[in-house]
Formats: sequence, C-alpha cells, structure tokens
Amino acid sequence: MIDFWIHPAAILIIGALLLPLVRGSRIVRNCYFILVPLLAFIDVLMMDKGTFGVMQFMDWSLTFGRVDRLSHVFGFIMTLMCMIGTLYGMNTKGIKEIFVAWLYVAGSLGAIYCGDYLVLFLFWELMAFASVFLVWFRGRKQSLSIGYRYLLVHTFGGLVLLAGIILRYQATGGDISFGPIGVDSPSLYTYLIMIGFILNAAVPPFHAWLPDAYGEATVAGSVFMCAFTTKTAIYALARGFAGMDILIPLGVIMALYGVVYAVLENDARRLLAYHIISQVGYMVTGVGIGTEMAINGTCAHAFAHILYKGLLFMGCGSVLFMTGTSKFSNLGGLYTKMPKTFVLTLIGGLSISAFPLFSGFVSKSMIVAAGFEEHLMWAAFLLTLASAGTFLHTGLKVPYFIWFGKNNCSEETWEKAADPPVNMQIAMAVAAFFCIFIGCYTPFLYNLLPYPVHYHPYTAYHLSESMQILLFTALGFFLFVKKLEPEVVISLDMDWFYRKGSKKFMWIARNPIQAFDTAWSELYRVAGLLPLMKISRFWSWFDWHGIDAVVDGSARIFGFFSKKLSWVQNGQVARYLFFMAGGAFVVLVWMVTR
Amino acid sequence: MIVQFIDFFRNRMKMTIRLSCGLLVLLVIIDIILGLTGGKHHAHTWVEHYIPGWWSIFGFVSCTLIIFLSKWYGHLGIMTSEDYYDD
Repeated sequence: MIDFWIHPAAILIIGALLLPLVRGSRIVRNCYFILVPLLAFIDVLMMDKGTFGVMQFMDWSLTFGRVDRLSHVFGFIMTLMCMIGTLYGMNTKGIKEIFVAWLYVAGSLGAIYCGDYLVLFLFWELMAFASVFLVWFRGRKQSLSIGYRYLLVHTFGGLVLLAGIILRYQATGGDISFGPIGVDSPSLYTYLIMIGFILNAAVPPFHAWLPDAYGEATVAGSVFMCAFTTKTAIYALARGFAGMDILIPLGVIMALYGVVYAVLENDARRLLAYHIISQVGYMVTGVGIGTEMAINGTCAHAFAHILYKGLLFMGCGSVLFMTGTSKFSNLGGLYTKMPKTFVLTLIGGLSISAFPLFSGFVSKSMIVAAGFEEHLMWAAFLLTLASAGTFLHTGLKVPYFIWFGKNNCSEETWEKAADPPVNMQIAMAVAAFFCIFIGCYTPFLYNLLPYPVHYHPYTAYHLSESMQILLFTALGFFLFVKKLEPEVVISLDMDWFYRKGSKKFMWIARNPIQAFDTAWSELYRVAGLLPLMKISRFWSWFDWHGIDAVVDGSARIFGFFSKKLSWVQNGQVARYLFFMAGGAFVVLVWMVTR
Repeated sequence: MIVQFIDFFRNRMKMTIRLSCGLLVLLVIIDIILGLTGGKHHAHTWVEHYIPGWWSIFGFVSCTLIIFLSKWYGHLGIMTSEDYYDD
C-alpha cells in the first residue's frame, strides 16, 4: 500500500467546503471552479492500481480505495464530466449549485472506489442527499415537491439496499466486501441489493423519479444529474451483478420504454431524461449478458453516454437558460438565433444515435454485438429497434422542433433567444470534442476498458447497417413528422401510483380515518372522559372535605393546643409562679370546700 | 456561417430532398453489393444475409412502429392535460 493516496472524492469535498471562503474577483473564483475538478481528474489519472485507504472501524475493515480497471474507467469519466459540468454551470448565480454538485460527484466517486458495502452505502446516500438540492434550487413552486419525491424514492431504494446488505452480512457471517455477488445462486439479499441498484439505474418500474427530477432540476443541475446517479448504479451492477440473467429483459424493456415515452414528451429535457432510461437499458442488458465483451460495451457506453447526454442536456439547458422554456410547443425555428447551440446539440444527437465517427457508434454497437454473439437474437434486434427510436427523437425530434419546424415562439422567447454565455459554449464544445474524438480514435476509449477489446466497429458491413437504419429512420421521421408535432400534454407514468396514490391516501386519511378518529374521540369524551371527570371531581371533593377536613382538623386542634401550651411554657418564672400559686389556690379551695 | 450553410439547403429544398433520396438508394445498392461480394461475413442472422436492404426495411419499419404504437399508447389516456396533478 502506498503511503500517499488521496481520494478524488476528498478533493471535491474539501474543495466544496472551502468554496464559501473563495472571495475576490470573478476570475479568482472561476479559476478555483476549474482547479478543484481538475485536481480530482489529475488525481484519478495519477492513481496506481491497487487497494488504498483501508480503515478499521469497530469490527469492520473499510476500504475507500479499490483502484482497478473497472473503477478507473468510471472514475476517469466522472471527474472529466465534473470538469465539464462545472465549466458549464459556473455563471449561475451564487456558488450553491457548484457546492452541492461537487458533493454529489464526491458521492459518486466514493461509491465507485469503495471496496465494501458500508462505504458504498455511505456514498450512495450522499449522492441522493446532495443531488436533491439541484432540484430544489430551481426555485419554482413545484420544485420542492418534486425534490421531496426524488428524495423519498431514493430513500426507499437506499433502505432496500441496506436491508440486502444486512441480510447478506448475516448470511455470510460478517462479510461486507463488495464484489461479484454470486448471481448463479441468488437469494433474497441478492434481489434486495439488486433492487437498490436498479432503482438508481432507473429500471422500470422504479424509473419515474428520473424524468420527474431531471426535467425540473436547474439548468446546470440536470447536466450533473444526467451523468452520475444512473451510471454509478451501472458501475455497481457491473461490479456485482455481471451475468444476472434477469437484467437482460429488464434492460431491453428499459431501452424500449424510454423510446415510447420520448415520442409523447413535449418537454425537451424530459424527452432527454426518457432517453437516459433507454440508453441505460443498453448498459443494463450488457451487465445481464455479462461476457467480457458485454461488460466492455457497458463501460464504453456509460463513458460515451455521460459525454453525449451531458452535451444534450447542456444544449437543451442553454435553450431553457436563454429563452426560459424547454417545451417544444413554445419553441421552433431558432437556428438563426442559436446556431452554435444547434450544431453542438446535434453532435450530441448524432453521438447518441450511433452515427459513424461519433461516440455512440463505437460503444453501443459493442453491446448489441455481444447480444448477437451470445445468440440473444430477440434482445439484439429489439435494442437495434430502440436505437432507431433514439435517432428518431434525440437526433431528429429535438433539433427539428427546437431549431426548425414551426415557429411556436412567443415574441418574448424569440427576443431572448441567443447562443448562451461563452463558458457554456466552451463546456459544450469540450463535450462535443470528446464525442467525436472517441468516435474517431477508438483506442482512447478501448484502452480504458476493463478487458482487452477484440471488437472493430469500423467494418464495411457495420457502417452499411448503421447508415441504413439511421437514414431510413430519418425517412420515416420526415414522412410522419406531422404525427410527431408537439402536443401540450404530460404523460402519465409510474409516478402516478405514488402521486395519485398519495393523494388517495391523504383523502383516506382526511376523510374516513379522520371521521373515525373524530367519532372515537367524541365517544371517548362522552363515555370515557365525562364519567371520569365526575368521579374525579367527587374524589376531589371527598379529598378536600373528607380526608383533608379530618387531617387538617386534627392538625388545627393540635395547633390550637400547642399554641396555648406554648403560651403557658414561655419560660417566664413569674408566669410559672402565678400558675403554681393559682393551682395551689384552686387545690386549697377544693380541699376547704370538700 | 452555420446559418448560411443551413439556408443554402433550405432554399433548395427540392435538390436537398432529391439528394437525400439518392443517398437512401445508394445505401441499398451498397448493401446489395456487399451481399454479392461476400462483405456480409460480419452479419449474424439469416435475414441479414439474404434479404437485400434488410436494415433499411428494419430502420423504416422500426421508426414507423415506434411513432404509431407510441402515439396509440399515448392516446389511450396516458397523455393528459398539464394540470392533471394540480389540485
């Protein structure tokens, strides 16, 4: 073990805690904003492989730093995205967003580098409790309730995870190490831990928190949120659940589910959020397949996804930031006003759609190819179908209805629309650069992956296949574009059950339960409390007039006599002589008269 | 510059559509050539080997299915007014 090892999460936490002390000109503060994530990134780059930061706590040996190829690729992309996100968000008012965002990233890094379930749980919860502020900071009326919903769902997930950890601890005789969980012989704790993980990965039916929160988060907040929670969960699944069969159908369902809801969505950022579910579906399927190629594909896709999804959220966030709306029904025709944002967002759209020369092409196809190699034809074909949907929405619908299409902008929106401040543009350009760089120069990403890569995306057949799927999808889009015109609606999702369910619960609480409670209270008052009061009043009277009278009366009598006696016995000799004389006189009279 | 580039194509819509259609035809032709020259050894399934332009059909049908099935599902009552949750 090397003596000197700094956890990248520690750099971000200390950096965040010192943030309020950083004063001075804007330049000083901006330099600090860049410096802290950069230090964390350099820290990740310089790290040797091995186990570090082992601490003894009570009976447990806690591991904070397990650095291997799997954790390294995730640590690399998380710190890189932290830099890009911070660069994007540093013109927001105040420092509070960056403060919680850094704590949030620290939670993600802590979970990625941990070696046991206790440390994992600690950082897992830090992520949820830090990121909820990114929703609350939006400051709208609904932000508060959406934030609370997000927090409650994650608290539920955290508790399920904790229950699994405790059961596993008991079943294994005190083992808390976090590694492959034994997917061949799953028991209750395996499923509980898996549910804890897949809730964060937004696997249906545990997914509704994602579009709910990411559509509401602040402009920079959603850029952070879209990267960290789900991909940390993918890391945890890849670490513990590689080869878990049930994840294959779950992942395929996810990939399709996100696509279906993206058709219906009117808000650009919520559409992108549904596409996170779709894209994470590929990764979940990859984990379920569990071969070296599939895990490589999962990691590569998580890596590429963080960058292009960050870029897409930055692009749509810029539209929201500048115009005040992200709804397709209030936008359109903006390419003359926001041309740079359009091009950069389009790069994100082409990357997610797996266009050749863009990042998704070299990552997503690896998972689909792993499916074909394992003869999971249905999964591979359905994932390919979902990828047509991805291009349909993110590559076509988002750019078309924001920057082209019918101009639905109000006069105010149109006036305000312009490319965003320069730092936002630079952040988007950096992400766009990586999207293209990864797509063009495959060794950069492939050398980071956990296993040796024997996959070549740039074959004539794969290029032909991808271009056919993509461009014939585009044909379908332009033929049926009228069908996709934005509708001013929201779509009901699984959150209906707890949003309406909680209303139903509140109605039940307010009406029948409250009525029963009131009736019971009245009955208790009439049948219980009133007689009790009468009885106690009687006893009070009896106590006062009966017992107290006797006791007090005796006391008063004794008092009276003792007072009299004290008058007699006051120590004056003359008084004693007087009584003696008086007494003697009385005795004498009595004797004489007898 | 970006705007001028986009406007160039927007102002020549007919040409743009023809170019795009030409590109689609070209893709199918390339797929057929790949099939004839043995360039499909990476293909995994029978349909890919023996149906010319299989992925073109797949892409178009997928897109159509996604649009129509999703909208059908949405109109079953899933899509609702924005103030649905407001009281």
